[in-house]
Amino acid sequence: MSAFAHVPTGSGQSASPPPAARPGRYRFLPYLLLLPGAAWLFLFFAVPLLQLAAASLYDPEGSLSTGYTLTWAFGNYPAALQQYWPQFSRSFLYAGIALVLALLMGYPLAYAIAQKAGRWKNLLLVCVVAPMFTSFLVRTLAWKTILSDNGWLVGLLRDVHLLGPDGRLLATPVAVVLGLTYNFLPFLVLPLYASLERLDYRLLEASSDLYASPLKTFRRVTLPLSMPGLIAGTLLFFIPATGDYINAELLGTPNQYMIGNVIDSAFLVRLDYPQGAALSFLLMSAILAVVFVYLRRAGTEEVL
Amino acid sequence: MAQETPAGDLRLANLTKTFGAFTAVDDLSLTIGQGTFFALLGASGCGKTTTLRMIAGLEEPTSGQVLLGDRDIARLRPYKRPVNTVFQSYALFPHLDIFENVAFGLRRRGIRSVDQQVRQMLSLVQLDGYERRRPTQLSGGQQQRVALARALINHPQVLLLDEPLGALDLKLRRQMQIELKRIQTEVGITFVHVTHDQEEAMTMADTVAVMNAGRIEQLGAPADIYEFPATAFVANFLGQSNLIAGDVFGSNGSDTMVTAHGARFSVPSARARTDRGPVYLGIRPEKLQLAGAAVQVPAGSQHLDGTITDASYVGVSTQYLLRTGWGTELSIFVANSGAQQRFAVGERAVAYWDPRHAFLLSRRADENDRTTPVLDEPVGASS
Ligand SMILES: Nc1ncnc2c1ncn2[C@@H]1O[C@H](COP(=O)(O)OP(=O)(O)O)[C@@H](O)[C@H]1O
Ligand SMILES: [Mg+2]
Repeated sequence: MSAFAHVPTGSGQSASPPPAARPGRYRFLPYLLLLPGAAWLFLFFAVPLLQLAAASLYDPEGSLSTGYTLTWAFGNYPAALQQYWPQFSRSFLYAGIALVLALLMGYPLAYAIAQKAGRWKNLLLVCVVAPMFTSFLVRTLAWKTILSDNGWLVGLLRDVHLLGPDGRLLATPVAVVLGLTYNFLPFLVLPLYASLERLDYRLLEASSDLYASPLKTFRRVTLPLSMPGLIAGTLLFFIPATGDYINAELLGTPNQYMIGNVIDSAFLVRLDYPQGAALSFLLMSAILAVVFVYLRRAGTEEVL
Repeated sequence: MAQETPAGDLRLANLTKTFGAFTAVDDLSLTIGQGTFFALLGASGCGKTTTLRMIAGLEEPTSGQVLLGDRDIARLRPYKRPVNTVFQSYALFPHLDIFENVAFGLRRRGIRSVDQQVRQMLSLVQLDGYERRRPTQLSGGQQQRVALARALINHPQVLLLDEPLGALDLKLRRQMQIELKRIQTEVGITFVHVTHDQEEAMTMADTVAVMNAGRIEQLGAPADIYEFPATAFVANFLGQSNLIAGDVFGSNGSDTMVTAHGARFSVPSARARTDRGPVYLGIRPEKLQLAGAAVQVPAGSQHLDGTITDASYVGVSTQYLLRTGWGTELSIFVANSGAQQRFAVGERAVAYWDPRHAFLLSRRADENDRTTPVLDEPVGASS
């Protein structure tokens, strides 16, 4: 194509081609650049997802030893839901409570770091991220020690009578929710920080100049302007927290098991692949539904 | 709602603000009459914004009072003061449309039906029809007018404007100056307008205060300050002056006598800021006239000889530089009325003036002639 551009001709109509050659030559460049990522996504996301979808429709009578057949067994879904709805709803409940706790701690924290920390800003950010340097598992095990029956925390709570003489934290819903709150807090704080850091303090001054008390300024200016970070942080917190099984496994008992624990055992203990796959898809669609409704509300509303 | 107390003058009494060891506003005292258009003029960094912020409540004074009528409001929270600000950066709320930006103050005071007021205000600043736009969709001049409407709608007792026209291009700035003045006359609210543009201050304000390094150097009507500046700083910050170093050597009652560079001059005593010691003899460039020889100088005038070293034709006038015998170059603006003789570079000429147009300022003994303009140079804080 570009070859034509360089052919010298006497006719006037070919006066413009050289610049026109560029888009032709580079038209496919963006797609070319997309290729590695797209291939990765296809091989390691789309293909396994399809495989999982197929597995969720296998004949439930099959097993790993006898082999599975795809019988389009849609009945796997209602069956799984019926059997495990308590774990299902518990996942959303625990993740929801953890989210509220994390917001109560994380918003002020992000605000303080972004607007008030001055030269301590970077140090504080490192502190928020530092726990991530150790493994998720190790962190959760550390919480097991903190919450243990003969740990200082339980001792203190018993002394001030917030816990009965043989009350405990470990192996209770409280422990699981605390674990979730702690483990996913940075995912909430960092995007919120990014939003609040961009917040122009002069807008807060303008608001204060225009008769808004600090509380009104927060509601009418700070909060709406931090909405992008709040939405991103909430999602980054809520989605993995809902699907988590480590916290319930290490800090709770089977009575606190969440849907992640069930899927884990379906695949690795009971080797019931169709059920595990069906539960995975149910969890995924439930989360997508929640996210969709949430984004619709948060996005379209003339914020609060 | 902010109380509609019978408004009054805005008085700053010994207002001081220090940041660490640095004094940004230094023992400032002044009175701004109710309903006047007051301009605070000064180079960047001289403490204008800090002064405004203390009036608005965004900065707490280190000491001193801010009185509105008889009430000291210096320690009131900003949202409790009947004062609104048009910020230098406009600070429009990016998440709200123009209507909601303008309605912000009314809503925060719990006023429900804001529709009519907002529309009235938008039409006052000629932005009808822009209600549903976002601030980022407006030009600088339009944003400026939204900021103005957003503050004015609250009918504050005092409106503070912090270099509101600074970000606009020259033509729009002139247009907005006229507009602001019109609006101020219309609403009758006290305007405190901060600017570093001397022309802006003079065209708009009833009273101008020239500020330098946290202090007021001079305060008065624009014409009074211009015609009879109080200090060398004012003489060169507000317009341009030829300041010739000299010494007072006597007085004959109505006139003060000065020697400068071996020559003798006199200035009416009423136009002398001092009657002894080292002084500056000041003459504005447009008050100087040129003649070819001393014999052509009218009686009663005083004169200096020299050589023309520069002649710039700028349309309405020609600006000459005349090098005097001792080497100082005087600026002379001659109106291009057609009646004046033209001079060429290198020609000998005589600059003369009516002594009633000269003025005397006190001078530190070590200071020399000051004839080059110091306009727009950052003076103040750093010095
Ligand atoms: N928060 C602050 N901390 C330290 N110095 C400040 C602060 N605010 C202003 N200053 C200093 O005070 C001086 C006056 O500032 P400002 O009032 O903004 O000047 P202007 O508005 O006349 O340009 C400047 O030298 C500035 O650096
Ligand atoms: Mg300023």
